[in-house]
Amino acid sequence: MNATANKERPETAAPAIELRGISKAFGPVQANKDISIRVMPGTIHGIIGENGAGKSTLMSILYGFYKADAGEIFINGNKTEIPDSQAAIASGIGMVFQHFKLVPNFTVLENVVLGAEDGAMLRPTLAKARASLTEIAREYELHVDPDAIVEELSVGHQQRVEILKALYRQADILILDEPTGVLTPAEADQLFRILARLKEEGKTIILITHKLREIMEITDTVSVMRRGEMTATVKTSETSPEQLAELMVGRKVLLRVDKEAANPGETILVVKNLRQFDDQGVERLKGISLNLKAGEILGIAGVAGNGQSELLEVLGGYANATGEVTLKGNALPLSGSGANGRIRRESGIGHVPEDRQQEGLIMDFKAWENMAFGYHHAPEYQNGMLMDNAAIQKEALAKMERFDVRPPNPALNAKNFSGGNQQKIVVAREIENNPDVLLIGQPTRGVDIGAIEFIHQQIIQLRDEGKAILLVSVELDEIFSLSDRIAVMFDGQIMGERMPNETDEKELGLLMAGINEKAA
Amino acid sequence: MEKMPRWADVVLIPLISLLLAAFISALVIIAIGEDPIAAVKLMINGALGSTYGWGYTLYYATNFIFTGLAVAVAFHARMFNIGGEGQAMLGGLGVAIACLYIPWPHWTVALLAAIVMSGLLGAAWAAIPAYLQAKRGSHIVITTIMFNFIAAGLLNYVLVNVMRPAGSMDPASAKFPEPTHLPTLHDMLTPLGISFSKAAPANVSLFVALIACVLVWLLIWRMKLGYEIRAQGHSESAAKYAGINPTRIIIISMLISGGLAGAMAINNVMGEAERLVMNATEGAGFIGIAVALMGRNHPFGVVLAAVLFGFLYQGGAELALWTDIPRELIVVIQALVILFTGALDNMVRMPLERIFLALRKERN
Repeated sequence: MNATANKERPETAAPAIELRGISKAFGPVQANKDISIRVMPGTIHGIIGENGAGKSTLMSILYGFYKADAGEIFINGNKTEIPDSQAAIASGIGMVFQHFKLVPNFTVLENVVLGAEDGAMLRPTLAKARASLTEIAREYELHVDPDAIVEELSVGHQQRVEILKALYRQADILILDEPTGVLTPAEADQLFRILARLKEEGKTIILITHKLREIMEITDTVSVMRRGEMTATVKTSETSPEQLAELMVGRKVLLRVDKEAANPGETILVVKNLRQFDDQGVERLKGISLNLKAGEILGIAGVAGNGQSELLEVLGGYANATGEVTLKGNALPLSGSGANGRIRRESGIGHVPEDRQQEGLIMDFKAWENMAFGYHHAPEYQNGMLMDNAAIQKEALAKMERFDVRPPNPALNAKNFSGGNQQKIVVAREIENNPDVLLIGQPTRGVDIGAIEFIHQQIIQLRDEGKAILLVSVELDEIFSLSDRIAVMFDGQIMGERMPNETDEKELGLLMAGINEKAA
Repeated sequence: MEKMPRWADVVLIPLISLLLAAFISALVIIAIGEDPIAAVKLMINGALGSTYGWGYTLYYATNFIFTGLAVAVAFHARMFNIGGEGQAMLGGLGVAIACLYIPWPHWTVALLAAIVMSGLLGAAWAAIPAYLQAKRGSHIVITTIMFNFIAAGLLNYVLVNVMRPAGSMDPASAKFPEPTHLPTLHDMLTPLGISFSKAAPANVSLFVALIACVLVWLLIWRMKLGYEIRAQGHSESAAKYAGINPTRIIIISMLISGGLAGAMAINNVMGEAERLVMNATEGAGFIGIAVALMGRNHPFGVVLAAVLFGFLYQGGAELALWTDIPRELIVVIQALVILFTGALDNMVRMPLERIFLALRKERN
């Protein structure tokens, strides 16, 4: 058995994968409802849907992580039971997870054979794998140095290792779960070229994503999921992003953000030569300088992990740095007891953090407790020595209603809200406290389209009220549609600033990869 | 969506755990040839059948309320304070200093001074591990355990070399003077026309413990400090985002915890022994861990669990006195209860959660 043998399958049109009537419930939550889907061999099939629509559950059933409550799976026309991932691999299914399952300090070769070792001795397996990788690399133009240490590879190459792992296990059907979330636009393009090549060679690919652009770009057919149900399967060439968005959300959606031209006032926030070293002594911020005017949105673009998080933490007051930050002419302390999130808020900087679950919210606190989080020293929340819980609850309810948090029940724990509604709680808290400057990181990560629309409107509205907004996002679409000015971060530095109407995705993509053509 | 209703978490799980512990205990008792039913009857009679029994049960419970609250407060900041034993020993030293060296006019002032002194010394004993955890990352579990041994050594030294009255062979302090003697439940209830055993050691400290419960409840759920302690306990990264200083919260919560454990000494040292002896704490610091676990770190739960363990202590003592069941087996029974209610909590929890999920599905 090797990869080429599989090409000799008969040319009858049995679907590579067919799911019939798959249902799966977790307690009272029906994650998949009677889902049927046919994926034809040698095609790229997109599955699109909002967070929580049931895409990942469906794929987990296909990969043997969950057992469906009802329904049947057919692989190449044969009814197949997939009780665990071993069975899935044996049926020729390979999965590339959103978060890579790689051992960082192993070589590429070691990672590829991990879990597929033949005998007690490693050497023969490695030799065989090396030969096989050379073969695969030639066949699919998928080149990675087998002896490279995985943690030293770029994210794009790490993802290739995941694909290699699947191909080494003779996968014919490749499932990719949100594969472009961590890639630069250029890396995403390379990935798509690899996928196209794999398709040419007869592989079947299932692409799970929430990005409409990717679906339009590369898939042959697309299935839309909403609330656990498969709402439609259409040929990509016969649909449009607007139609898909409507199918995903169940109503008409504005994909473009409606906004007037910015009307920037005076400079509010000045950052000069900001430097930061992490615990390991690695320099994370290498002299960041920027300024922010009232009534404008400055978008910081960049691939995750290039210092954006550190920048937000320093400005938000909970990480130390050196350099100079002045807010309306007053220098802010960047270390010591004055560098404190609460004090920063009191001086007028609100902060919607990148990670709402780890930072923005206490998941085991009730919504009303979270609504005072970081503002719990405010005089209006005190009643002598005690906290005025009644006042906090009353305000929380009002804010939740204004920001359309569903369900508007302040007594529920934060963890019981969906991602979009959790984010609305954080956004409501920070905006309603009326900051001069709002730091906002990944405002719509893991947020459904309906809530994205709402949160974007709130950000624009805040700008129009004359507030200064620093937006950090890894989604270029979001940067383009919200920003009045764009700065690109790479490796702890600002690579350059552009006006959104004078640049394009290609130029920003190069800047994000550290290549400044104008400077060169 | 919660996995199961709150009453199941708070009442059903501890109850099932207890029944399991009782069942295994019964098997052990049968194995050594005794009658488990008779044993249970004897325990209930001994601990709850008379005001004498109640007097002891409540006396033990008072100790456990203090140490249980101590563990609970620290746990809200996700600090596992295993050092209640040592902190309570130091609290005993504080009580002894307050009672022996200052002539108090009345027990009320003496009690206030004893609370302050025992709390301060208990807190001081917790301060060093807290500092090491907050600033140096030394694990609080390791350091507090070690501090229990240091406390025992220190107390040994002080009792033998400093506090032992000249000519005494006993490593214990002198008897506390008369004005520092606390009123027992007998002293307090007799004027109300209620007769209560004169011999039982339960005393006014019980009410101090109950007041402490209310104060802890206010602290944790009604004060800014408690809000910050809980936030830090749930998520340190979020706490930092909100401007809460983790070092400060770790140290303060451990100081309060140590102070509560130390204040236990007003019950066992001042109220019962009326002098400081070796090993006065009798393991109450460790029982506090089980009490807090079983009481779900809530002051009200701590009171109920403390009374349960008070019952086990007193009932166990009765068993040892009146039957051939050896003293060691009583420890086994207590250990089983701790094992099932504390360590094996998940063993009962998981199947119950599954049952509740299935029930909910049926209804839908």
